[in-house]
Amino acid sequence: MKKIIVVGNGMVGYKFCEKFINLTKDNAFKLIVFGEEPRPAYDRVHLSEFFENRNAKALEMAPIEWYESNNIDLITNTRVVSIHNSSKTIETIHGETYEYDYLVLATGSSAFVPPIKGVEKDGVFVYRTIEDLEDTLAYAETLKKNKNGIIKAAVLGGGLLGLEAAKAVKDMGFEPHVVEFAPKLMPRQLDSRGSKVLKEKIESLGIHVHLSKATNKILGEDFITGMEFGEYDKINVDMLVISAGIRPRDELAKTCNLETGTRGGITVNNKMQTSDPNIYAIGEVALYNEMIYGLVAPGYEMAEVAVNQIIGNEDAVMGEDIDMSTKLKLIGVDVASYGEPFMPVEKGYSIIYENKTKNLYKRINISHDGKKLLGGILIGDASDYNMFHQIYLNSLPIPEDAEELILGSRGKEGSSLGSVMDIPDAAQVCSCESITKGDICSAITEGGCNNLGDVITKTKATSGCGGCKPMVVDLVNETLKSMGKSVKVTLCEHFNYNRQELYDLIKVNKVENYNEALSLFGKGFGCEICKPTIASIFASINMETANKQVAIQDTNDRFLANIQRNGTYSVVPRIPGGEITPDKLITIGQIGKKYDLYTKITGGQRIDLFGAQLHELPKIWKELIDAGFESGHAYGKSLRTVKSCVGSTWCRYGMHESVTFAIEIENRYRGLRSPHKFKGGVSGCIRECAEARGKDFGLIAVEGGWNLYICGNGGATPRHAVLFAEQLDNETAIKYLDRFLMFYIRTAGPLVRTAPWLDKLDGGLEYVKEVVIEDSLGIAEQLEQEMQELVDKYQCEWKQAIEDPNMKKRFKHFINSEDTDDSLVFVPMRGQKMPKPW
Amino acid sequence: MQNLIDQYQTVSKNNVKTWFKVGKTDDFPVNSGACIKYKTKQVAVFNFTVNNKWYACQNLCPHKMEMVLSLGLIGDKEGIPKVACPLHKKNFSLEDGSNINGDDLKIAIYPVKIENENVYIGFED
Ligand SMILES: Cc1cc2nc3c(=O)[nH]c(=O)nc-3n(C[C@H](O)[C@H](O)[C@H](O)COP(=O)(O)OP(=O)(O)OC[C@H]3O[C@@H](n4cnc5c(N)ncnc54)[C@H](O)[C@@H]3O)c2cc1C
Ligand code: SF4
Ligand code: SF4
Ligand code: FES
Repeated sequence: MKKIIVVGNGMVGYKFCEKFINLTKDNAFKLIVFGEEPRPAYDRVHLSEFFENRNAKALEMAPIEWYESNNIDLITNTRVVSIHNSSKTIETIHGETYEYDYLVLATGSSAFVPPIKGVEKDGVFVYRTIEDLEDTLAYAETLKKNKNGIIKAAVLGGGLLGLEAAKAVKDMGFEPHVVEFAPKLMPRQLDSRGSKVLKEKIESLGIHVHLSKATNKILGEDFITGMEFGEYDKINVDMLVISAGIRPRDELAKTCNLETGTRGGITVNNKMQTSDPNIYAIGEVALYNEMIYGLVAPGYEMAEVAVNQIIGNEDAVMGEDIDMSTKLKLIGVDVASYGEPFMPVEKGYSIIYENKTKNLYKRINISHDGKKLLGGILIGDASDYNMFHQIYLNSLPIPEDAEELILGSRGKEGSSLGSVMDIPDAAQVCSCESITKGDICSAITEGGCNNLGDVITKTKATSGCGGCKPMVVDLVNETLKSMGKSVKVTLCEHFNYNRQELYDLIKVNKVENYNEALSLFGKGFGCEICKPTIASIFASINMETANKQVAIQDTNDRFLANIQRNGTYSVVPRIPGGEITPDKLITIGQIGKKYDLYTKITGGQRIDLFGAQLHELPKIWKELIDAGFESGHAYGKSLRTVKSCVGSTWCRYGMHESVTFAIEIENRYRGLRSPHKFKGGVSGCIRECAEARGKDFGLIAVEGGWNLYICGNGGATPRHAVLFAEQLDNETAIKYLDRFLMFYIRTAGPLVRTAPWLDKLDGGLEYVKEVVIEDSLGIAEQLEQEMQELVDKYQCEWKQAIEDPNMKKRFKHFINSEDTDDSLVFVPMRGQKMPKPW
Repeated sequence: MQNLIDQYQTVSKNNVKTWFKVGKTDDFPVNSGACIKYKTKQVAVFNFTVNNKWYACQNLCPHKMEMVLSLGLIGDKEGIPKVACPLHKKNFSLEDGSNINGDDLKIAIYPVKIENENVYIGFED
């Protein structure tokens, strides 16, 4: 058995293992992998997601068990320190030696730290590993704790990575500054004009940009306090992230005299062999065609070539041209460049479209004969990137009048880019995983896949940088359509429709009640799934309260209270925004005492009274309503609360009146039923005391208005809400909220909260923005109108229930007796009571 | 706790000793449940209008021993009438009392008789 040692367990080192497992079936080789990092390979491309969720596990390329089950020895936390090619051995930092037949160097690169005076100070970080991010986050935490006022963080380097880092520090709540040596952003990918448009766009996001700045000193004693460019040219910053390029980690080459480039990197031929034929180098450490390729896709291709070479498929070699097209994966900024972004006149001509008011810039470079697309740049709207990229890669025909490519695609209809189905089967759609259009389509036509998820699992497309996702989605949908297939999720055995279809059917046919819906569109007696779903649909269409069709309500809605573990109920009056007068507090206290209820403050800034029996509910509510309270709908799949911080009325940091706005919003959407419960939050400044980003919608006061975040939640799978729109005035914030909520209510599946709804929505956040902000479907006004109708029709369902003797009848334990449930047993606890444990 | 559940045993029509009148049909909600009391027993009564049938079962959910089944939503699973417990949505057949979605839990079922718009439940005691 031959031994292969892989040094480096990064993205490319991992890909080598994966391809190896896929291409070899026998046991002719044994794989031993050394990784210097403490954990198995993870997805560095999506490193920034770690800031969002701090979940290192989620980034793993494969769990540690994967290596075990494939008989790969993975030795983490162990750096290889030298190679002895005469004896074909390597030595680790722990002094152990291992023999190899083939050695694969996948050591990647490290962040380049320019030799600036003072870079060793505390508060200066690089952006490459999970540990780097953990250090940065820890420092950020202490800064936040110890410093009042605005905290500034700089990023050194205005390239692809630098801009990603700037966005990350901005999300930490810091004032971001990008410092770039060159006179333009993304100097390697963009022309000057495009860079200017990008700069404006970036600045509009609140990121400060400093161009043509050579940093000569990091200021401060032990920790960074500023950066100096010239004698009188400095900025104060509290933190610095360096993202000034990469340096290949070729130090091992020097221990055995492998050939390296003058500016670093281990020289390889098109078989990925170094100057020693038994040693291969792949990924960011490999110098191929005198270039280091700082992208995953070429690295993956190298991994595949190396595997093939080692197992004897000598024909597999690296191509001459390496595709360096890139799309920036920042939220809120669309930037992409492909092929030849700059165009020397001898090769062809360029067509440029620029719209300053919209921060739009598009450039295409066309061959002299007008037949070929050679490259281009997209800024502000990169939705056509994948199609342009394919046209470029596959030399697809372009319209005679090439300008239609960019001008024609302005409107949604008149796209002259053609359909995804036109690209050749051999076209590579996912370059990270080398998946062709043919692979994707045949996974459906022959491989038995029925939806996007199946295709991703089977082909691994989109699992690298994810840039090809929109195109894969289109391909999957088109292929399914061409086969006459549509994948259907139906509600339950009684209705062969999904929630959205039922919503439309009920609305269009003006169906009045559940029984009618069942006889028109369903079968059987119904069940605990379709009944509440349809009850919610009726509520969303007509704002009918749960008193109207009692029999189809979930138990909570049926009795307008939350059923507790022993069959008693809890009572939660609405306390909008969490604001309550002392008198009202006293009333709640008195009622709690009178009915002997266990009292607790809820997570939504209101008060919950537990342990009420069915027959007591109307009495309790009568007293509450008389004191000016109304139902809190804590039992419904509906708006719960809009949590607020005290805001500018009292807080010394407050920028706007968060309580006032929270009350306004809570009162607007009170009683509004939806596919699942939803919550809101309003914070008076970026300190975010109301935890608004943990809610389905959150508003955070900033200079000049509110930033609106959507689709967050707490609970079992917490999610941060994502930025939707910035600096809105109150009126626009409500307008967007109306549209967003109504759109969610119309389209979400039953019991799907906003975050998973957004995940599943084709086009995701961008699509919601298009619908809500740009009104791409032309339904914005209708959404607002529907919401206004619902708002106008609101009534307190508890008031309704106690005023109508017929409705009140249901609040009784026995039909045939005035007795109450004698099986209830309570035990005392800290001066109150609780149900006897199960 | 155990003795709470011991008093509930399925009664078949043939063994009924007492037809206990629990109220008028109008007293009961349609297509949902209500609870009645017989001696120390609590029994859930359901009126299905879709097939014009009445069912009765113990009110006690055998899962956590709570008096809740009459509050549950009713419906059918492939034609078998059922009630879903409001606490953890365990489904019980109203024909034979078996737990439709798992476990070997079982509930007691009682016969229901409608005469002159009066509702009677059959007991053995
Ligand atoms: C924040 C960020 C965003 C990025 N975004 C994109 C993107 O959008 N698109 C894109 O294409 N690319 C992107 N990249 C670049 C991409 O991550 C790299 O091209 C890719 O990770 C290179 O893989 P690699 O395996 O060659 O190197 P690495 O992933 O760096 O792996 C090398 C591994 O080898 C280990 N190692 C080094 N020396 C030794 C030794 N002597 N002994 C043992 N182990 C050793 C290192 O610790 C490391 O774990 C991004 C990079 C970063 C940091
Ligand atoms: S979020 Fe609200 S309470 Fe917190 S500091 Fe800002 S204004 Fe004050
Ligand atoms: S976290 Fe669990 S135990 Fe606590 S209230 Fe929620 S469901 Fe009940
Ligand atoms: S108590 Fe009935 S299902 Fe748990």
